[in-house]
Amino acid sequence: MNTKEKYDLADMVVAHALKSGADQVAVTISDNRSTEIEIRDQKIDTLKESNRSNLSVDIYTENKYSSHSTNRMKKEELLKFVEEAIAATKYLAPDEFRTLPEPELYYSGGGPELNTMDPKIDSLDARTKIDMANQSLNEAYGEDERIISVSSYYSDSISNMVKVASNGFRGDSGSTGISLAVTVSIKSDTGRPSDYWYENSRFIDRLKKTDIGREALVRALNKMNPKKIASGKYPVVIENRVAMNIAGPIYNSLSGANIHQKQSFLIGKEGKPVTSSILTVYDDPFIPSGSGSRLFDGEGLASVRRSVIEKGILKNYYIDTYYGKKLGMKPTSGSSSNVVFGKGKRSPQEMISSISKGVYITGFIGGNCNLSTGDFSYGIEGFYIENGRIVHPVNEMNITGNMNTLWFSLSELGNDPRENDSIMIPSLMFKDVVLSGI
Amino acid sequence: MILRRREFIKTSGLAVAGSLVIPPLFQSCKGSVLSDNAESYLSHFEVTRELLQKVISAAMEKGADYADLYFEHSLNNTSALEDGKVNSAYSNIAYGVGIRVLKGDQTGYAYSEIITEEAMLKAARTAANIADGPGIFSPVRINELVAPSFYPVTSSWEEFSVKDKVPFIQRMNDKIFAAENRVTKANVYLSDKTSYILFCNSEGLLAWDYRPLVFLAGVCIMEDKGRIENFFSGRSFRKGSEFLTNELVDEMSDEVVRKTSLLFEATRPKPGEMEVVVGAGESGILLHEAMGHAFEADFNRKDLSIFSDKMGTKIAENFVRIIDDGTIAGNRGSLNFDDEGNLSGKTILVDEGILTSYLHDRISSKHYNVDATGNGRRESFRHIPMPRMRCTYMDNGPHKKEEIISSVSKGIYVDSFSNGEVNIGQGDFTFFVKFGYLIENGKLTRPIKDVNIIGNGPQALADIVMAADDMLVNDGVWTCGKNGQGAPVSMGIPTVKIKKLTVG
Repeated sequence: MNTKEKYDLADMVVAHALKSGADQVAVTISDNRSTEIEIRDQKIDTLKESNRSNLSVDIYTENKYSSHSTNRMKKEELLKFVEEAIAATKYLAPDEFRTLPEPELYYSGGGPELNTMDPKIDSLDARTKIDMANQSLNEAYGEDERIISVSSYYSDSISNMVKVASNGFRGDSGSTGISLAVTVSIKSDTGRPSDYWYENSRFIDRLKKTDIGREALVRALNKMNPKKIASGKYPVVIENRVAMNIAGPIYNSLSGANIHQKQSFLIGKEGKPVTSSILTVYDDPFIPSGSGSRLFDGEGLASVRRSVIEKGILKNYYIDTYYGKKLGMKPTSGSSSNVVFGKGKRSPQEMISSISKGVYITGFIGGNCNLSTGDFSYGIEGFYIENGRIVHPVNEMNITGNMNTLWFSLSELGNDPRENDSIMIPSLMFKDVVLSGI
Repeated sequence: MILRRREFIKTSGLAVAGSLVIPPLFQSCKGSVLSDNAESYLSHFEVTRELLQKVISAAMEKGADYADLYFEHSLNNTSALEDGKVNSAYSNIAYGVGIRVLKGDQTGYAYSEIITEEAMLKAARTAANIADGPGIFSPVRINELVAPSFYPVTSSWEEFSVKDKVPFIQRMNDKIFAAENRVTKANVYLSDKTSYILFCNSEGLLAWDYRPLVFLAGVCIMEDKGRIENFFSGRSFRKGSEFLTNELVDEMSDEVVRKTSLLFEATRPKPGEMEVVVGAGESGILLHEAMGHAFEADFNRKDLSIFSDKMGTKIAENFVRIIDDGTIAGNRGSLNFDDEGNLSGKTILVDEGILTSYLHDRISSKHYNVDATGNGRRESFRHIPMPRMRCTYMDNGPHKKEEIISSVSKGIYVDSFSNGEVNIGQGDFTFFVKFGYLIENGKLTRPIKDVNIIGNGPQALADIVMAADDMLVNDGVWTCGKNGQGAPVSMGIPTVKIKKLTVG
């Protein structure tokens, strides 16, 4: 379906829902095409082509709400689908807070060109894609006798969507993405360490296509024969690639749903310090070609650039229409766009060089955070640091604490935010973090 | 995403996203429950035997070794309670066919959400490109698979409306609030899924299955002097609406309230290495993470698993016997046949402490030249099958629970978990403890909570020094994640002592 056909179908479903007893309705129609290729040890392992569509409809009737989705796009079936959905909704309990957004908060056009679509991706042939994956693989394949296996992965994706709401919203968007990744496994005395590297972009011409296999190989080799160290308090540097693991609970605690349902350790903290004063975070939907860039969110709310944390002070939660009403707060958006962390002056290597005894964390494994209390404990892997130098890899250890105290021990931000991800987070240095090992 | 490691996630009520809903309404596409025969499934998907053979021939036209077609029609309904009322519902319909083509160990895959001759032939020819020669394929005679029935349904979800569901969901909320005056929030979710599966391959096998899956989950939040604690209780089965009873609702309500209230007394243990006793049931997560994933044969045929060179060797004490079973009646992990048309089974992974079998999909069973184990599973028609666990458990051992606990001078006892993860190559694994107790001088003392446990798989397996006679299969809402695909599973274990793990 092209964009016009999607609008036509959405209009038809909206009209039919209103005619069939809905008071308000929103319809979203999306499709996605993608290719995934895995090459293992110079042989194609997997070729996969995907082509999927979805229609979802949010129904509001007699103050009752439900949401439904299907990939069956035949008109006659959709009409019946909507009628059944409305009939079923009537059995639910009413909820006065369920409505579509206020129309004045909708995006109504005139936004900047965000440049999220690369037309070239649609015309790439299979050979080109396979060659790209091969090139990444060959940077590592055969480069070290300890290699067990090298796999490279190519993937691309083309997505389009149209959204129509009965109280006035009409919007469409499209995006592309392309990525290359390599995993390398190594034979060592104590196991088969593996690691990966990846690059991604919205545009093929901007995709970094080199030093992917090489980086994965170096990382896997560096992980050979790890040891755990004594339990205790250490300064740590957390690498940018995995830093969101430790920042994730903050994000989850900022959501209106979690605040309202008491699953947040940041309830009532707006305007108050929640991290050390060196941290500033923005939600910026307007970064040209950004991974999370958008003119409107999933509800149709017009995008706004907002500060989330400013010099350690909590400035904004992520509030959607429903929980905004329940909490008596103005909706911001229920979801993040590009999350932009401020950056510091030093690289992770420079931060490491200032640590006399500590750990450089490069991976997380399992663990969890109790969002009601902020208590967390995660498995980690990385490197032991002594006198400013990396001494040996570590694994089989945990990082443990409470989010409310951890973030006040944030002592430095790296200069290396990952610019191509929607979460642009740099490496982070914390002082006095509890690690459990021996 | 391709780079994800093997993760294991327990569906928490709060994580239930999207999906679900409504009345049986959505049997819609074609009517009511299908008869258990090939003709009704063929007609449901609007295909004939001849058309299936034509599509398979197209998939084989470049000289592939094998091809299969996996038709799926799934209806998913979820009803949710928040702030005292069943006030939202969600549903999803997924319909389509996945076409897989194999050439040696290589896979070509495409799917179509439109089931017409033209669309299927196009997808088949896309997948066929994994082979690059000319090929001549003569269709073989179709044989219908006679599969056992491990999850017969008394009353189908399609005949059970939202109206019928509401009283049970409401009851859990009301029970939770009535039990304790510290309760400030409750969330309850009921989610049912019905899948119609039709499978056909280039060897002439034709199979069909009706797969119900349901979970009921409750979250309890309590506040006491400014402190907030939460706990989660869930049950999941391949059962019809006979699953829902007042007794079940009451049992779960009691459980979630009791555990939440205990958390107010709980602390976190001093970090470090210690003896760990895992209680019967949910602690099967230890098997899932510490060894189950590393026994999956795709990792082993690629030599990526820390167990790749351990087949036939002694890896645990004599009393250790570990099984992966897809045949337990009504179990969340059970399958009548797997997603590659192989009959499900009971696979003995470790017997008398010796590694006896990996978990196989079609590619790996050919690679090792062994019989299929029925572990080839896929999330949906949009996904490529691979070896996955079903219900993974350890048999009873020679000890008594009391004997095990009294043997520990300083350690922890744990029996409630939320999630875990494993790194296949190095063997590091974790599981996150939601609730347990300190053991001091052979006795359970203070409650503990929210602590991660990390260890090394082969070492932990070798360190299982005691096992009790109280094996229990856990029917929690466990979803296993691997390479971006989710699969419903379950697990079980008796009370077991591990000599040393890092707690922290």
